Amino acid sequence: MQMEILAQYFPLFQEAAVLTVKLGLAGIALALLIGVICAAVQHFQVPVLRRIAAIYVEVSRNTPLLVQLFFIYYGLPKIGIPTNPYLCGVVGLAFLGGSYMAEAFRSGLEAVPVIQTESAESLGMNRAQTMRYIIFPQALSVSVPALIANIIFLLKETSVFSAVSIMDLMFTAKDLIGMHYNTTESLFLLVIFYLMILLPVSIAGSILERRLRYAGFGA
Amino acid sequence: MAFLEAEQLFKTFHTANGDVEALKGVSFSVKKGQIYGVIGLSGAGKSTLVRCINLLERPDKGRILLEDHDMTALTDAELRKERQSIGMIFQHFNLLMQRNVLDNVCLPMEIAGISKKDARKKALEYLEAVGLANKAHAFPVQLSGGQKQRVAIARVLAGKPKLILCDEATSALDPETTGTILHLLQEINKKHQITMVVITHEMRVIEELCDEVAVLESGRIVESGLVSKVFNDPQSEAAKRLLLVRQTQDILKGTGE
Repeated sequence: MQMEILAQYFPLFQEAAVLTVKLGLAGIALALLIGVICAAVQHFQVPVLRRIAAIYVEVSRNTPLLVQLFFIYYGLPKIGIPTNPYLCGVVGLAFLGGSYMAEAFRSGLEAVPVIQTESAESLGMNRAQTMRYIIFPQALSVSVPALIANIIFLLKETSVFSAVSIMDLMFTAKDLIGMHYNTTESLFLLVIFYLMILLPVSIAGSILERRLRYAGFGA
Repeated sequence: MAFLEAEQLFKTFHTANGDVEALKGVSFSVKKGQIYGVIGLSGAGKSTLVRCINLLERPDKGRILLEDHDMTALTDAELRKERQSIGMIFQHFNLLMQRNVLDNVCLPMEIAGISKKDARKKALEYLEAVGLANKAHAFPVQLSGGQKQRVAIARVLAGKPKLILCDEATSALDPETTGTILHLLQEINKKHQITMVVITHEMRVIEELCDEVAVLESGRIVESGLVSKVFNDPQSEAAKRLLLVRQTQDILKGTGE
C-alpha cells in the first residue's frame, strides 16, 4: 500500500463521504416521518389507510433497495415524472426505511400495556395528554434500539446508490479502481470512511440506549 | 345518605370466544368516610366493578351516583374533571419509569393546571406524608415494591381525592409490606376522611382495613354486611369457600414453622 496514493485519494473520498451522509440523512429523516405516520395509522386502526400502510410495509420490506432504485430511476420518467439521481436515492432510501421505521415505532406502541392508559385516564388525563405524557415517551424508549439499528442499516444501504450514478463512497472506490488499478488503497479508504461514518452512530446509539433504561413498565 | 351508590350494574364483554357477562346486576352503597371492601376469587368481576365506578369501563346498564350526581350522565370533559378527585391505586403501581419520584407525583397536578413550583411544593408534602421525602429524586427502578406503591399513593393524594379506589393494591407485595401499606391507607382514611373502595382477593386486607364487605361471585354480590358479621357467620357458599381458603393457608403456615 502506497502512502502517497492514499493521500491523493483522500480528498475524493472525503467529498463522497459528505454526499453519502447528506443523502443518507435526508432519506432517514423522510423514513422516520413515513414510519411515524404508518405506525400511527396502524395503531389507531384508521380505516382504509391502515390497509394501504400494511401493503406498503410488505412491498417495501420484501423488495431489495437496488430494485426499488431502478424502478424509481427508470420507471418514473416513463410515466412522465422527471427524476434525478439524488432525488432517486433519497426517495428510494425513504421508501425502504419507512417500513422498517414503522415496524419499530409500532412495536414500541404495542409494548405499552393498556393499564398505563387506564392509569392515565384515572388521573383525569384526556386522550391527547395520555398519548403525549404517558404512551409516547414509553413507546419511544422501547423503539430506540430498533430505530438506531435501522439508521445504521440505512446508512450502509447507501452503498447501492452507485448503481444510479450517484458519486457516493462506493462509486468513488469503483471508479478509482477502474481508472488506476490501485485496488488495495481504494478499498482500504472505502472501509475506513464507512467506519468513520458508522462507528460514531453506533457508539452514540449504545449510550442513548443505556440512558433511556427502556427495560420495564409499570414500576 | 349514601356517598357512593352503584345501582344495578350490568357489563358484558364481547370477545372472540363469545360473550362474557362480567357484572350481572351489582348494587351497593358506601357511606362517607367508610372503607368498603369487595372480595372475590379471580374472575368474579372485581376489576370490572371497580373500573365501572370511575367509568374506565362504561357499564351497559345501571348508574353510579357519587354524592347524588349520576356519573354515567357526565360529558367526557366533566368526567375527566371528576376523575381528578377519584384516586385509583393499582396492583402494579403504574409509575412512569422515565420520571423520578417527584415528577411522577407532580405530573397529574401539572395536567390539572397547577404551576410547576406549587406542584413541587405540594408533591414534597405528600411524599413526606407517605414517608418517602428522602426518595424524591430517585427513579422508580431504584425503589422496592412497597416504596413504589407509596409513590402511587402520594400521586393519588396530590389530586385531593374524595374517593380512592384500590384495585388489588397489595397483591404484588410481600406480607410485611402489605401490612405497612394497609396501615398507611387506614391512616389516610382517618386523617382526611377519604372514602375508599377496596377490591381484593385477600381476606386479610378486608379484615385489617374495611368496615363493610361485599362478596362477589360470578358477577353478583352474594353476601354483604359488616366485616365481623360476614366473616364470623358466613351465609353464602362463596363466603364459606373464601374462609376455607384462609383456614387452609393458616394450617399450612402452621406446619411450615
